[in-house]
Amino acid sequence: MMKQQANGEIRIGFYICHCGHNIAAMVDCPDVAKYVEKLPGVALSRDYKYMCSDPGQELIQKDIREFKLNRVVVASCSPLLHEHTFRGATEAGGLNPFFFHMVNIREHDSWVHTDRKEATEKAKALARAAIERVAYHQALEVKRVPIHPDVLVVGGGIAGIHAAMTLANAGKKVFLVEREPSIGGHMAKFDKTFPTLDCAACILTPKMSAVGAHANITLWSYSEVTKVDGYVGNFTVTVKRKPRYVNEDLCTGCQECIANCVYKEPKFADEFNEGLGKRKPIYISFPQATPQVVLIDPEVCLNFKRGTLTDKCKKTCVEACGEKKAIDFKQMEEIKEIKVGTIIVATGFQTFDAKRIPQYGYGIYPNVYTSLEVERLVNASGPTGGEVMLRDGRHPKAIGIIHCVGSRDKKTNRWCSRVCCMYSLKLAHLLKEHTEAEIFNFYIDMRTPGKSYEEFYDKLLEEGVHFIRGRVGEVTDWAMTPEEEGKLVLRVEDTLAGFVRRIPVDMVVLATGLEPQADAQAVRRMFNMSCGSEGFFLERHPKLAPVNTFTDGIYLAGACQGPRDIPDTVAQAGAAAAEAMVLIDKGYMEQEPNTAYVLQEECSGCKSCIPLCPYTAITFDEVKEKASINEALCKGCGTCVASCPSGSIAQRLFEDDEVFSEIKGVLAYE
Amino acid sequence: MNKEWKPRIVAFFCNWCTYTAADLAGVSRLKYAANIRVIRLMCSGRVDPQFILDALSKGADGVLIGGCHPGDCHYVEGNYKLLRRFQMLKRMLKDLGIEEQRVRLEWISAAEGEKVKRVVNEMVGQVQKLGPLGIPQKFEEWDKEMEHFATQVAEKDAACACACAERDKPALATA
Amino acid sequence: MKYSYFPGCSLKGLGRAYEESLLPVMKHLGVELQEIEDWNCCGATAYMAVDEAKACVLAARNLALAEQQGDRPIMAPCAACYLVLNKTKHYFHDYPAMKDTIDRALGAVGLRYSGNTPVRHPLDVLINDVGLEAIKQKVRKSLKGLKIATYYGCQLVRPYATFDNQYNPTTMDRLVETLGATVVRYPLKTKCCGGSLTGTVPEAGIRLVYILLNEARKRGADCLATACPLCQFNLDAYHAQVRAEYGPVLVPTVYFTQLMGLAFGLPERDLGLNRAAIPFKWRPTEAPPAKVAAAA
Repeated sequence: MMKQQANGEIRIGFYICHCGHNIAAMVDCPDVAKYVEKLPGVALSRDYKYMCSDPGQELIQKDIREFKLNRVVVASCSPLLHEHTFRGATEAGGLNPFFFHMVNIREHDSWVHTDRKEATEKAKALARAAIERVAYHQALEVKRVPIHPDVLVVGGGIAGIHAAMTLANAGKKVFLVEREPSIGGHMAKFDKTFPTLDCAACILTPKMSAVGAHANITLWSYSEVTKVDGYVGNFTVTVKRKPRYVNEDLCTGCQECIANCVYKEPKFADEFNEGLGKRKPIYISFPQATPQVVLIDPEVCLNFKRGTLTDKCKKTCVEACGEKKAIDFKQMEEIKEIKVGTIIVATGFQTFDAKRIPQYGYGIYPNVYTSLEVERLVNASGPTGGEVMLRDGRHPKAIGIIHCVGSRDKKTNRWCSRVCCMYSLKLAHLLKEHTEAEIFNFYIDMRTPGKSYEEFYDKLLEEGVHFIRGRVGEVTDWAMTPEEEGKLVLRVEDTLAGFVRRIPVDMVVLATGLEPQADAQAVRRMFNMSCGSEGFFLERHPKLAPVNTFTDGIYLAGACQGPRDIPDTVAQAGAAAAEAMVLIDKGYMEQEPNTAYVLQEECSGCKSCIPLCPYTAITFDEVKEKASINEALCKGCGTCVASCPSGSIAQRLFEDDEVFSEIKGVLAYE
Repeated sequence: MNKEWKPRIVAFFCNWCTYTAADLAGVSRLKYAANIRVIRLMCSGRVDPQFILDALSKGADGVLIGGCHPGDCHYVEGNYKLLRRFQMLKRMLKDLGIEEQRVRLEWISAAEGEKVKRVVNEMVGQVQKLGPLGIPQKFEEWDKEMEHFATQVAEKDAACACACAERDKPALATA
Repeated sequence: MKYSYFPGCSLKGLGRAYEESLLPVMKHLGVELQEIEDWNCCGATAYMAVDEAKACVLAARNLALAEQQGDRPIMAPCAACYLVLNKTKHYFHDYPAMKDTIDRALGAVGLRYSGNTPVRHPLDVLINDVGLEAIKQKVRKSLKGLKIATYYGCQLVRPYATFDNQYNPTTMDRLVETLGATVVRYPLKTKCCGGSLTGTVPEAGIRLVYILLNEARKRGADCLATACPLCQFNLDAYHAQVRAEYGPVLVPTVYFTQLMGLAFGLPERDLGLNRAAIPFKWRPTEAPPAKVAAAA
């Protein structure tokens, strides 16, 4: 049991902040200050407008010196916001920063209660608890955790690529792990990007090659992270490298094997082309894939039977490979373990499954496409060589593009996916260019928030694309007039014209929204992150810390955190790289010294604590028959403290006495 | 008590999930009952059953513990270990005659500001119906009773004027 | 399985073929129906549009009577009755003022509605309580070769989609497929038949009827199967007006219960098939054709 500070008299300086009107409107600050003034141990009690401001902080420093304070308590906003600030001020005033304690009377009081009397009473109770507690505070030193200089970037889309390049160019060693056979992510599938109509491949592939060639980047494609152990500065990550059945180091990407496969014609649905094209069992995802290495699909390759090697095929591919001998049917899954100090999660998004809205006919009518499928159709390197054709080979004369599919809807996804209006405009332009068809865009609102985005919309208006403001009710094939025979009819209320319309088209494009990846929950558990209520990864603070997570050392970049376009993704990836670099370049991270320690003379050697620590920080000395804690490993959860039967484990900053005194203080005020 | 009684609930919130959720409730300006006083801990695993009993014995009418959802603990499993302790404590509280609704464990994640509001309002409502627990007052009463008994026995022994007064003296001294 | 049976006015009047086919089919499947004693008109869509409170009270009387006569769910075959009774039940729970009105009105005649008795449609009961397996067992004459456009009308799954998908219901589809028939894809399966418009605003009503019949014909359906007496009447009885305006479209409309009766081999005279204006001539073959050895 810790005894109360024996350094003579306790002299507490108490400050209650008005925070402008935020606190003062509901809490009578001068009244609280007067109440606290009379409490034992309080040397001075003030109320002030803005404690976190420079004058506020200087006031603390001045008072410490002038009034010989040895404890400081500030009642204001949440410690999660400004505890660090005030500890700094306390330290600048000449006191150990851990002689400071903070009281939350804003987020937990003035902002959530409506009765001024009750709110003020509560503030007094909380202040009293802090006064009681702070007397027990000890001087402590901040912990320093060393940071391993290597970085792991999870996800090889544009976000992961940019983050990896930034860090690699700064001289850091980066592991880039990507689940698909090639990096590039969704951006590699696009034809042109808005609003400049840059070819996506043209701007992406140089970056992809640079990643592949960079000395500081270890690119593990067709691989997944399976386990993350450790903590900031010291992560141990397990990566599973899936077998391609091709040796990455030996394959030159000549693709002779594909040309000579026993399958003369490609037969299997091509994932990269959203199932619109076909590939052979041995394939490369797309021509500019990085790494330029083919892979074999064991589910359909004749040398396997449903994934198990039978070795019954002629293997013309091996013959074609010749001396390179890159094909290896015996290749096994490889498990790698790496140590990194920081991790950037850039796992991207998935598109909304249009089958969830049967009214739009996706999967029912063959000529209803998703936007991603159309990206592949208009793409010159797509399954139709850039020719926009219907499933039966005809060319569409009229195309309808439906905005907000799956988004802005209580029944599916509540949020706006941010990029769909822009890409729908882009597709309208590209489709008009490729087909000369009549194009109709059906929108709820036209959202064009970026640089040159509104101007892009103007251009589309001038090109003669028809814009109808209304939510499409259904896509149907029942014809009411002879002109509608054989067409897909979109029934929509044209809200600007004021009546319901039937628009017959040949092709319907659904602007499907962005959602979190299907395995987002499993992934975030692996990295000890949280998800927001919509399922995207949760940032530490939406405005002030949009790339940090609540777990130190783990950062977010790109659409995995929320729907965004390419410019914002690249900006965010750079931000995440910068945050990681802060830690790496500093070489260490300061952590709160809230570690646990064993009072050796009181330990009874019962060993109850040993299996409790997830960081294996507790060890048992068999000779002395006592437990002891490695404070470098301890993360300060306090579980062992609460479970020790003899009460011989204590936790700095959260001593039993400190908590008991808070309980006493909180209940002392009636 | 002269004033009209209002429930007082002490809450132990874990820093990463529930405390953050309560902050979010504040930032979102959600309104809830003022009868709750939050004590911040790093993890719900730090909650010692003694804290709960101490709070009740010092006058709290209810205790609320908030931790991360199972599987989400910032320190991996602290919340599970609390859960084990809590189940045992619940049985003990029942034996002590303390109503189940007075001590409550909730899993609240950092995004669930709404849940903080709902749980606090619910609990305050329930404890309001149950009435004051009033353990400090009970301690006072029992102390008075014991004193009264002790005086009675002492008087009786003195009046008895037999050897048992001498024999029982050490016992009386400690009563 | 026992249910309180609410026929509604139509099933005793113009829609009596529905009741005539429903009762023997249910009996054949072992489903017991107890007609509610002293039931009154539910008000259908007409009264609801005129005075909601009075319409709910009127409907609630039936619910209260059913509860009084036995603690069992109610079966309402007519789609309009089904919807009105369910709406009343919802309003009773959702709007305290409405509950109050209903309580007082019923109380004045010594009745009470608890708000709990479920109101179910025969399709719901057949698929979920009886089960397609049990129905399949009873099929004596497969409806193989009959192409059906299943027509649900607008009231069965809107606004409450309790037993089937709101946009693309399939309970009737699965039912007739179990009987051996083929369901043609019919995108108008939940589009309005015109309701009372065929009487009040004929050019609108007849047009809607024509659209439904025409599309069924285009899709190659031999008949339309329906679950609502007004839908059946609209689709069946106005073919003369349809012909006058648009040309002849003679697609018969039957109740799904009549199809079930045929498949079960129940006596035809009990199924009310003669009551339709457009005769339904297709019949299942007596016995399966004898197996002929494959020709050389």
